[in-house]
Amino acid sequence: MKFTWFNLMPWPHLPDDFRQKNRSVWVDIDSRLFDPIKSNEVYNTYLDLLEYASTLGFDGIGVNEHHQNGYGIMPSPNLIAATLARRTKDVGLVVLGNSIALYNPPVRVAEEFAMLDCISGGRLVAGFPVGTSMDTNYCYGQIPSLTREKYMEAHDLIRKAWAEPDPFAFNGRYTKLRHVNIWPRPIQQPPPIHIPGGGSVETYDFCIDNTYSYSYLSFTGYIRARALMGGYWDRVAERNAPDHSPYRAGFAQTICVADTDAEARRLYEEHVMYFYNRCLHVYPGFADAPGYRTIKTIQSGALSQYAPARPFSEVTWEELIEGGHIIAGSPETVRQRMEDLIKSLHVGNIFCLLHVGNMPKEKCMNSTKLFAEKVMPKLRNMFPDYADDDRFWCHPIPNQAQPVNLAEQGRA
Amino acid sequence: MDLKTIAVPHIPVRYYEGGKGEPLVFLHGASGFLPNDPFLAALAEHYHVYAPLLPGYGDSEECPELRDMLDITLHTWDVIEALGLKDPILVGHSMGGMIAAEMAAIAPHDVTRLALICPAGLWLESHPVPDLFSTMPYEFPALLFHDVQKGTELLTAGMALDNPQWLKGFLVINARQMGMAGRILFPIPDRGLAQRLYRIKAKTLLIWGDHDRLIAPAYAEGFKSKIPHAELVMVKNAGHMVTLEKPQEVLTSLARLA
Repeated sequence: MKFTWFNLMPWPHLPDDFRQKNRSVWVDIDSRLFDPIKSNEVYNTYLDLLEYASTLGFDGIGVNEHHQNGYGIMPSPNLIAATLARRTKDVGLVVLGNSIALYNPPVRVAEEFAMLDCISGGRLVAGFPVGTSMDTNYCYGQIPSLTREKYMEAHDLIRKAWAEPDPFAFNGRYTKLRHVNIWPRPIQQPPPIHIPGGGSVETYDFCIDNTYSYSYLSFTGYIRARALMGGYWDRVAERNAPDHSPYRAGFAQTICVADTDAEARRLYEEHVMYFYNRCLHVYPGFADAPGYRTIKTIQSGALSQYAPARPFSEVTWEELIEGGHIIAGSPETVRQRMEDLIKSLHVGNIFCLLHVGNMPKEKCMNSTKLFAEKVMPKLRNMFPDYADDDRFWCHPIPNQAQPVNLAEQGRA
Repeated sequence: MDLKTIAVPHIPVRYYEGGKGEPLVFLHGASGFLPNDPFLAALAEHYHVYAPLLPGYGDSEECPELRDMLDITLHTWDVIEALGLKDPILVGHSMGGMIAAEMAAIAPHDVTRLALICPAGLWLESHPVPDLFSTMPYEFPALLFHDVQKGTELLTAGMALDNPQWLKGFLVINARQMGMAGRILFPIPDRGLAQRLYRIKAKTLLIWGDHDRLIAPAYAEGFKSKIPHAELVMVKNAGHMVTLEKPQEVLTSLARLA
């Protein structure tokens, strides 16, 4: 199993009446709710937590990209990953990922990921999301019905820029470059690639055909994810993939661990509620730009969000536990449910959302430590048949360079 | 009106044809046609109407090859050629007006009579066009019609705006149609038309609803000042769907092109 400690970096100071007074946490969120002075503490605490997790035996620490978003103040995951590269060692740097259709030209991603891989000594796990409609279309202005074509072209360019030893010309529809010849080149050829997806067959096939890991990053938990992941595994079988390795898939899960089930609720409920009732308040008009999703996906989707708004009823702790949105409780409770998750979805990569909403540092450390020490070791050997499958994870070099304090060295 | 198909490079095109009189090509707006579209019926009382559907609209196939303004402009010229028409009266509403203006600018000697009904294509900082792409289905009537209640009835054929049957149909059609429209309208409906309007040689009629809340009447002046032979008709008590709210007034105005 590969466990990645993942931080969305939510803004922890959204007011109690946020939902009543704002139409969306994303795209047109009120900028006056962001306090740059406070953000200094917020960012550094989040970095501390990522670094802390790296010392506890997690395989990776993870970051992602969102724009104009109150629950993800990380428009540039590469900046965050760069600071982590210096202050962590051995742990995988999971950048999940760069929305490659948004970078102009996309060789920028090839370059920055190569830099991260070189600085970290081959610890990069790269992600290439198409990006949400909120980020890609409404914040970054990409034409919805052309986004996927642009994404595929960017992907081809990046892979070629990493692999091709000689300068080459790239005559794409969206990017034209006469001299592609990136410096530096990544240590890993190529870095392992994970693709966050939302259930389209095209993305399943893209992962299967390229030996990429398919990641489902939802906040609605593993029970609802069964249909989607089942669809993926059916497709893996249909396309005659050479194996059903669980590392072909990943899943993000909100997890809260305490000494007992009751203690978990006492400690974490308010922060979980902050996330589910406040942070996920996205204006439905931004959820899905026309042309971004396929017709088939729309036909199978829920319609209620497009009807005139009804009064919002807050979700409760019990509902979130029951629905599997969150896995929370004592180490034994969490272990049992994680086992259920891992088996029922057949996933080898778990993105552990152990920081939730406005959870303060101490509580997050407590939950993280309990998970790392009392849950994770018991889940390590879920897939003994695939213990040697290292295709979807990074391959750090031996003897990685370590940061040196030259001032101290000079004094010595 | 008959719904027919004609072969055009890249894609078969669906088009409505009907009526007697001078040939008139009508290019629809971003919301396409209503079933038994009342404006097409009104046009057909005076003209021989050809109303092609942009690929992805109605029951027509999507066309991945049409990606930008030039592709769509030339495609629409291809349609006119395939229909065997020469210098028809060219009329476009909203997005269709934007396409018609581009066609007249790119081939100024091939269009002598042009009517642009509240066309898209310009951008005024003082009057930003609302974001049609993040508009919720239930918000459309108030944005598009002066008489919101009548507009709602036209749009939903009498169904409620939260009726699941209507919503599902609307969302699927909207995703196809607006997905295509997004190639020239998203995220800002400006593809540089302002610097090409001077090329238009046609006698040009601009028709606008005085209560247009989507493309404000202020845009009428923008078009009028840039097109050499343009005349403006402001229709009273009409919104952006002036074609549906005041079809007779629009028809009366079109007579000025004769």
